Amino acid sequence: MGEKITGAQSLVYALEAAGVDVAFGIPGGAILPLYDPLMDSPKVRHILVRHEQGAGHAAEGYAAATGRVGVCMATSGPGATNLVTPIADANMDSVPIVAITGQVPSGSIGTDAFQEADIRGITMPITKHNFLITNPDEIPRAIAEAFHLASTGRPGPVLVDVSKDAMQAKTEFIWPTSIDLPGYHPVTKPHAKQVREAARMIMAAKQPVLYVGGGVIRARASDTLRRLADLTGIPVVTTLMARGAFPDSHPQHLGMPGMHGTVAAVGALQKSDLLITLGARFDDRVTGHLESFAPNAAVIHADIDPAEIGKNRQADVPIVGDLAEIIPELILAIEAEQLAGKVGEYEAWWALLNRMRATYPLGYESFDDGTLAPQYVIERLGLISGPESIYASGVGQHQMWASQFIGYEHPNTWLNSGGLGTMGYAVPAAMGAKVGCPDKTVWAIDGDGCFQMTNQELATCAINDIPIKVALINNGNLGMVRQWQTLFYNQRYSNTNLQTNRIPDFVKLAEAYGCYGLRCESMEQVDATIEKALGMNDAFVVIDFVVHPDAMVWPMVAAGTSNDDIMVARAMAPDWGDH
Amino acid sequence: MSRHTLSVLVEDKPGVLARVASLFSRRGFNIESLAVGPTEVPDISRMTIVVSVTGLPLEQVTKQLNKLINVLKIVELDPDASVQREIMLVKVRAETDTRSHILETAQLFRAKVVDVAADAVTIEATGKSDKLAALLRVLEPYGIKELVKSGMVAVGRGPRSISDRSMRPAERSA
Repeated sequence: MGEKITGAQSLVYALEAAGVDVAFGIPGGAILPLYDPLMDSPKVRHILVRHEQGAGHAAEGYAAATGRVGVCMATSGPGATNLVTPIADANMDSVPIVAITGQVPSGSIGTDAFQEADIRGITMPITKHNFLITNPDEIPRAIAEAFHLASTGRPGPVLVDVSKDAMQAKTEFIWPTSIDLPGYHPVTKPHAKQVREAARMIMAAKQPVLYVGGGVIRARASDTLRRLADLTGIPVVTTLMARGAFPDSHPQHLGMPGMHGTVAAVGALQKSDLLITLGARFDDRVTGHLESFAPNAAVIHADIDPAEIGKNRQADVPIVGDLAEIIPELILAIEAEQLAGKVGEYEAWWALLNRMRATYPLGYESFDDGTLAPQYVIERLGLISGPESIYASGVGQHQMWASQFIGYEHPNTWLNSGGLGTMGYAVPAAMGAKVGCPDKTVWAIDGDGCFQMTNQELATCAINDIPIKVALINNGNLGMVRQWQTLFYNQRYSNTNLQTNRIPDFVKLAEAYGCYGLRCESMEQVDATIEKALGMNDAFVVIDFVVHPDAMVWPMVAAGTSNDDIMVARAMAPDWGDH
Repeated sequence: MSRHTLSVLVEDKPGVLARVASLFSRRGFNIESLAVGPTEVPDISRMTIVVSVTGLPLEQVTKQLNKLINVLKIVELDPDASVQREIMLVKVRAETDTRSHILETAQLFRAKVVDVAADAVTIEATGKSDKLAALLRVLEPYGIKELVKSGMVAVGRGPRSISDRSMRPAERSA
């Protein structure tokens, strides 16, 4: 017989056994029993955030930057419901996080008790799996299973809701030696026949594209992807979730496809005869109007999640498995084809793509009145801070520019909310990333709208010595919404002007939070301001870049239209050079 | 639109029915009938789900179902290779002059009278949906006071059990 301890102590031991080194959260009534033994844990550092949403995004940022499972905690009721947005976010972007929530005592469940919310029911559709634990003996197994589920197969969020009485009751801590989930067997090893078939199709294709999604990063398969690309010479596009999965400096990289993708990347997919889809899911922001997406392409679709295959686009060669196993096998199969004398011939294809690249490079307009172009700020930031830094962005125009104008060379250096599109992601995610990677420079590139949704975490960063740097792209507006109003609502700017030029004063706000606040309003100041922020080594800095409100994200495929109708600028369609 | 009968083995854990039902609703799949109960194996329940799909392949339904951690196995039962049954309890108005006709009808359909009142009888019938529909059509003119039907349950014909049947690898869970 082991020593009798409380369920709460058992929960802390379980988190330690699962390898948790940091957790982000806020205590409250129902989870109070956990916070008492947590205070004495030699392994788990708890960081007290200012809003549970911040805890959730911090766990996501930690996970996205390190590849390890992020952990967040909240009490019952409103604490738990405040985690809903980051949990949904993690579910959409396959981010491995575990959320621990306190629940009212089991005898009160279902009575509309104070701070009661059925968080298991609420999060059922937005978690990979969730648990409600009312028996303290079940705590270690639930935690072990939660971490296993979150981090294996297609990663995702798992929530463990523990009733207060289960935390208070006596139990023994017995860490399970094996995981027994009879309904969970992710397939990691690809079917050899499918891989050989894929290799044959790749050698026969004339216009193939490696359509790379965020799954490559989650599978830690960037290096093997690089080998595959080098071996074949096939052009690569990386989706918003995959930025960094393949070096931007690589000559075969055409950039990001999709609604705000490069003409070359969008054009490559549209003109392709074979999509080699790796860990991507044919999201509507990539495909545009689905029926006209890549109309002549056969599809190889490799993914760990069989449900993604054939969901939006029929796959000619489905490959279910872990990309870290699939890509090396694909390389072997292609090498075998090459030994048999088959070579892919892509000269004509590259000629077309290079024409697109040369004719329609990414660009932006400057403003004559001396006001700042936001793209310039972001471009300079990327060049000065460099590819070893981590960049977390919010959602909107600044997100697209940060994806377009920063050169990413490594996986896990670009963090953003792709699927759910959660404004407010940047600051807490950057905070989590900095905690996970303390030796790296971590930037939050945020909009003035996004920033005001989660900037309370500046206090968490300042107090806990988490020196992130915030580049605020302040155009005084909800910029992306304003862009749509400009293009599709006759320039009627309904409720998009935040008047951030007046309120708040972001420099004073930063200072109020104990951070350095800098302001930059002209091109001449940009480099010096960024360098100054970087020079303040371990200091937490907020730079208020006051930029022109009329800058637009180009290129653009309007929602629901065909990728063929991409606009490189307003009312300007590219010439595809088919003639 | 196509109709399919799925037999789904699930772990008998709290909330599993809610997980399955909410998956159907949020993915826009249409459940025509659902029946759930214990099996020959302790802690494993079996759901029989009749689903009608339009515009998307059944495969997407089964793949999404398979992603639920508590779902152990899914097998589609072909109507020709399985026994499919529903149970129906119907309370029919029965006056002195119609009672014997109603009883005769019940006999013809191999249905049983399970309750008799002064001016009504309750009939229990089991069978495939079309048989029950036919019985109802005949009883309708007498006046149906109350009707309750179970979801369909189904079992494959032949000696093999559902646990012997293998699934295609692509449908295993992620």
